[in-house]
Amino acid sequence: MVKRLFLASLLGLSASTCADQRSHTQAVYMLIDTSGTYAAEVGKAQRIINYLLGTLQSGDSLAVARVKSRSFSEKDIIAKVTFDSRPSQANAQKRAFRDKIDAFVKTVGGSAYTDITGGLIQGAMFLNETGAGTKTILIFSDMQEELDKVTVRQFPINLKDIRVVALNVVKLKTDNIDPRRYMGRLEAWQKRVEAAGASEWRIINDIERLDAVLKS
Amino acid sequence: MSNQFWMIWPGNAVASALILFAIAMPFLYAARKLVHNLLHSVGYMIGGPLRLGARWLFATARDMNERNKVVLLAHGREEVGQHIEREFERIGALVTRDLEGYPALQRKLLEEITRVEEDYKKSGEVPPPPPDWVEAVGAIAKVKSDGNEMVQRILEEIKRSVHTIHDKALADYRRAYESRHKILNGFMPFWRSLDKTFGQVDKKLTGLHDTSSKIDAQMEKYEQINKKTDKAEHALTVSAFTQFAISLLVLLIAVGGALVNFKLIALPFSEMVGAGDYLTNTLRASDVAALVIIFLETTMGLFVMETLRITHLFPIIANTSERMRRRVFLVAVVFLFIFAGIEAGLALMRDMLSADKQALVQSLASGRQAAPPDPLLRLIPTTAQMVLGFVLPFALAFVAIPLESFIYSLRTVGGAAVVMLVRVLGFVLRILGNLVRQLCRVLIAAYDVTIVLPLLIERVVKAARSEGSEVESRPVKRAA
Repeated sequence: MVKRLFLASLLGLSASTCADQRSHTQAVYMLIDTSGTYAAEVGKAQRIINYLLGTLQSGDSLAVARVKSRSFSEKDIIAKVTFDSRPSQANAQKRAFRDKIDAFVKTVGGSAYTDITGGLIQGAMFLNETGAGTKTILIFSDMQEELDKVTVRQFPINLKDIRVVALNVVKLKTDNIDPRRYMGRLEAWQKRVEAAGASEWRIINDIERLDAVLKS
Repeated sequence: MSNQFWMIWPGNAVASALILFAIAMPFLYAARKLVHNLLHSVGYMIGGPLRLGARWLFATARDMNERNKVVLLAHGREEVGQHIEREFERIGALVTRDLEGYPALQRKLLEEITRVEEDYKKSGEVPPPPPDWVEAVGAIAKVKSDGNEMVQRILEEIKRSVHTIHDKALADYRRAYESRHKILNGFMPFWRSLDKTFGQVDKKLTGLHDTSSKIDAQMEKYEQINKKTDKAEHALTVSAFTQFAISLLVLLIAVGGALVNFKLIALPFSEMVGAGDYLTNTLRASDVAALVIIFLETTMGLFVMETLRITHLFPIIANTSERMRRRVFLVAVVFLFIFAGIEAGLALMRDMLSADKQALVQSLASGRQAAPPDPLLRLIPTTAQMVLGFVLPFALAFVAIPLESFIYSLRTVGGAAVVMLVRVLGFVLRILGNLVRQLCRVLIAAYDVTIVLPLLIERVVKAARSEGSEVESRPVKRAA
């Protein structure tokens, strides 16, 4: 009897030492384009952030950054958080995060240029630091990158094991004249992101479909 | 082109095959005996072990069946023995309780009977007979008056006196009968009391009789088990299967209860243990902690049932001294109460966390703070969850009873299933063995069919030879 109990406790001990070391947390980095006329779309971005706050669990990380003339900077991160493992604390953190975003939405202003690449590099750095199991960059933008003459972004970037999702990619006036521009722009981004080692590239214009992406 | 290398007649596969077959036929005929031997050997080589394996499996199944029978009968004997023991205990208690007061009952009965007898005697006392002067009066009454005034007056005087005495005697008689009726009337309570006492005695004796009948039935069963009869084995097997089905059903219900319990405490446990640790890909540490608590509750319930001697899963507990047993019982009950209290608290916490989460989600969706719900509406589910959290550990404690039945019946049911499996396996091996041997025979026949031409020639040659030898031997025989 004692021998059996001993064996059972050994089994339990071995099970505890064989705990799954992989990270099961998610990290989401959301880039919000605030350049030009796209700044008016920030209300939609707020809804997506609220949705993310409702979906992400304890231990997950979320950061929201703005895309402006030069976005490779920590200063562009509006709010970032890693949710506490205790659900009650995580809820409090979510409330605080929402308040920060609300404040940002009220004061947001347009920028002259759009540095999406800088934002991607910054996002990849943040996501890799979190050590999360699933890393996602959401780009809320028309994907029209515009850089000033000084800013250098034409070099290979590293987005290894990160999935990149372009959200609400609205059509520009020029796209309406020649839709090939829109297609070409998205294709170019896909090539660039996949060349950077991203695990997935997706475009979601219907926000309702974001749910399926985050759950996968 | 490479596929046609064998074609002696290029482009004509049939003709090539026929020519090849014709060339091969003498070789096939020459190798006939060898091939036959080879096929026989292969048949024995494969079929033999298969048949041997089948025989071994059947023998194992027989042994297992015997072993199962022994275990089943031993368990049945133990169970019936316990039953009889319990019935004897019941009889002992009955006898101690009822027959302990039997002397008092007997004394009471005797007293009542004595009083009834005395009263009966009293009621039998008749008033004294009329005095002897009645005869004297009778004699005077026969005196003839013949109109004599004196005699007439004496007679009238006597008549008057007699009437007075008669009235008095009649009144005495009436009084005497009245008193006897009163005595007889006084019997009634004693009769009733006697009737009641006898009724009680009858009831107790009937109860005793019923219990002894049960013991008789159990004893008969016990004897049959001891004799190892097929009837007893069959009855025990059927009983085990029934027990297995019932206990399985109850255990499934208990698993449902455990799941509800798990749902109640899993979320608050993530508040204590943390929600981010995973033991496996999908199993969170907080979920495991909640499951461990439920298992601990069940274990404590098991100990309570063991110490109450309702179940007998741990002989160590059953064999401990009465004092130690009581201590273990108290410890287990205290732990159960602690767990129940913890669960009630966790259920409250779960409700609060759920409400907080709901409010957050609502505010995120609508963009403004949600109005607090009606306190009464919140109170009912909160209270229900707390009560459920408190009650479920105690309810889970009773799992020990079906668990014991399940474990004991599993031995019989599992044993029967394994025997069946081994028999089926043995049957399959036997079929395979026979199949291989028959296949070899078929192959031998098929081989002979392919070389039918040389075989026919052989038969003709043999027939001619035998005829020749007969012709040669005939004159010799005649000469002899």
